[in-house]
Amino acid sequence: MIGTAITGLLTAAEEAETPNPLLPETYDIVWSLVIVIILGFVFLKYALPKIQAVLDERTELVEGGLAKAENAQAEAAAALVEYQQQLNDARTEAARIREEARAEGSAIVAESRTRAAAEAARIVENAQRQIEAERLQASVALRNEVGTLATDLASKIVGESLEDDARRSRVVERFLDELEASTAADAGKGN
Amino acid sequence: METALSSLATILPLAADDSEFHAPSLADFFPPAVLFEGTPFEINRIMIVRFIATAALIIIITLAAKRAKLVPGRGQVIIEMVVNFARKGIAEEILGEKLGRKYAPIITTILFSVFFLNITGVVPFLNIAGTSVIGLPLIFALWVFALYLIDAVRALGVGGFLKGQLFPPGVPKFVYIVLTPVEFLQVFLLRPATLTIRLFANMMAGHLLLALCFSATSFLFLHAAGGLKVLGVVTFAGGVAFFLLEVFVAALQAYVFAILTAVYLQMAIEPDH
Repeated sequence: MIGTAITGLLTAAEEAETPNPLLPETYDIVWSLVIVIILGFVFLKYALPKIQAVLDERTELVEGGLAKAENAQAEAAAALVEYQQQLNDARTEAARIREEARAEGSAIVAESRTRAAAEAARIVENAQRQIEAERLQASVALRNEVGTLATDLASKIVGESLEDDARRSRVVERFLDELEASTAADAGKGN
Repeated sequence: METALSSLATILPLAADDSEFHAPSLADFFPPAVLFEGTPFEINRIMIVRFIATAALIIIITLAAKRAKLVPGRGQVIIEMVVNFARKGIAEEILGEKLGRKYAPIITTILFSVFFLNITGVVPFLNIAGTSVIGLPLIFALWVFALYLIDAVRALGVGGFLKGQLFPPGVPKFVYIVLTPVEFLQVFLLRPATLTIRLFANMMAGHLLLALCFSATSFLFLHAAGGLKVLGVVTFAGGVAFFLLEVFVAALQAYVFAILTAVYLQMAIEPDH
């Protein structure tokens, strides 16, 4: 097939007085070679290495940026964990302090309660002691009074002219009545 | 492709004889010399088109390299997209990471160069692909051919290379009677030849189709009798469609050339895979 095509083309070329398109002219080869060499040189020695360098640099930059962002994220996450840890610590500390304060408060209340009770007991005791002392004093005073009265009575009895029995008995009677009245008055006052 | 070529060969001389309708012909690809006629340095229209494409590509890629920044502009993004695609999408995809990295620059160069020399076929005033004459596709193909021969021999030694190519493993011994001559032709002739012809024939055919559509449109509008003028609308629409197709073909053929470069390198250097 290709043979007939080529001969067909060859005859056509002869008739039209044009060269066979499958056979390159010398100048065609020469200039093609020049063009390919120039293009190859410009591309391979200058343009492509430079473009590739920029591409590589960009890739590196992007990858570096990504790594940096990843680091930053990891750091932020670590900071967050630390912060939360600190927050938890602070919360526990606060709870502990509150607990302590509550315990201390109740201890204080209890203490003041016992102190107040002790104070009250002391006051009551003092009062009783004072009452006792007053009672003793009253009884001593009474005893003195009775002595004085007895002495008075005796002197009265001795000093009176005892003329008769009737008179004597009236004196004794009167003394005893006085005594009894004062005793009754004393007892009512003491209680 | 062969039938297309032979039918072209029969059609074209007839078309060229027509005095009013100037159909495109093979002569388009061998225009008269502008400078140094008859010397090995003859310059004609197509050579000038190639120089323009080459200069444009060099200016663009040099500026892109010079202005390459970490934070890219819009133009740099486009260039980098293609460079990255050649590296990841072609070289590393086919050759693996290590070999891919080594050959990515050459594959990138081929991708850019072939595309720029193809696209002149649809650039107004240039109107012909730099690769539509066989010399340039041939030089690119020979570059790839030399690259895979030399690097495979360097990696595997002459014996290792020939054994890997001509006696592929995992095949019953008697199959080699058929396989070895085929593989020999493949490695030493068909791979570079098909690389060359695929590119050059595609671009040549693209030019002929476009030129045919537009010259027919102009002929039908200017010289055809009344009713036939309507046909000019059809040929013009066809021309626009083929124009878009040719933009696509320019990119596709550059991609095919680049990917086959990677495939041939891979088959030569790592025959076991």
